[in-house]
Amino acid sequence: MKFDNYMVLQFPSKSCNEAFARSAVACFAAQLDPTMEELGDIRTAVSEAVTNAIVHAYPDELGTVTVRCRILKDNVLDIVVKDKGIGISDVEQAKRPMFTTGGADRSGMGFTIMESFMTAFELSSELGKGTTVHMRRKLSRRQ
Amino acid sequence: MQFTSFLENGKLTIALNGEIDHHCAKQYIQSIAAKIEAYTPDICILDFQEVSFVDSSGIAVVINALRNMSQIEGRLMLSGISDQPMRVFRASGIDKIVEIKEAVS
Repeated sequence: MKFDNYMVLQFPSKSCNEAFARSAVACFAAQLDPTMEELGDIRTAVSEAVTNAIVHAYPDELGTVTVRCRILKDNVLDIVVKDKGIGISDVEQAKRPMFTTGGADRSGMGFTIMESFMTAFELSSELGKGTTVHMRRKLSRRQ
Repeated sequence: MQFTSFLENGKLTIALNGEIDHHCAKQYIQSIAAKIEAYTPDICILDFQEVSFVDSSGIAVVINALRNMSQIEGRLMLSGISDQPMRVFRASGIDKIVEIKEAVS
């Protein structure tokens, strides 16, 4: 896969890193000259993916969350959010709107938002090994 | 997390602030529930004018406030929502179950 630029972030699964991760990805995406709406969508999708890793991947301890972004040809931003946590037993169930194993402060809408805000979305997970969210967003070329 | 609130003629306005994500959602949910329990308003307005970002945690904040208001047979309204939060609310369908006024976009 050819890419023009890339960056990798790694941080412990602390909730204070959610804002850091989405802001860092938005800063990286800025070189593609996105619209405000595109930037908002990217920030939101990254926030959802990183929050999932922080809330669900490492329930009893801190673990590492990795975010990798690449700029592909044709103005496509490619984002991978990866953890090495407990994994998801039923990926299809996890993606269903309103489904959550979290508490009352979770809405179960994270994957719905990632899917609707990104042009491509893929979730893969293996129990005991971890979870990877792979997303792409094609950005419009502004005149 | 910080917010201001005021009560006038049974109408409780809670002005939320900053970015609402999982990191601060629980505190917002608890603080809003405490205000509603303390004042038992007829109408509660969550004002999003100073909110620059929400993710799905913001949906949980709204749903919990809706539940709190339903329990006292009151109404919940959202106001001053800017573009990014509005896209999240629309994607989740929350705009269909909660009254929204003065949407910026």
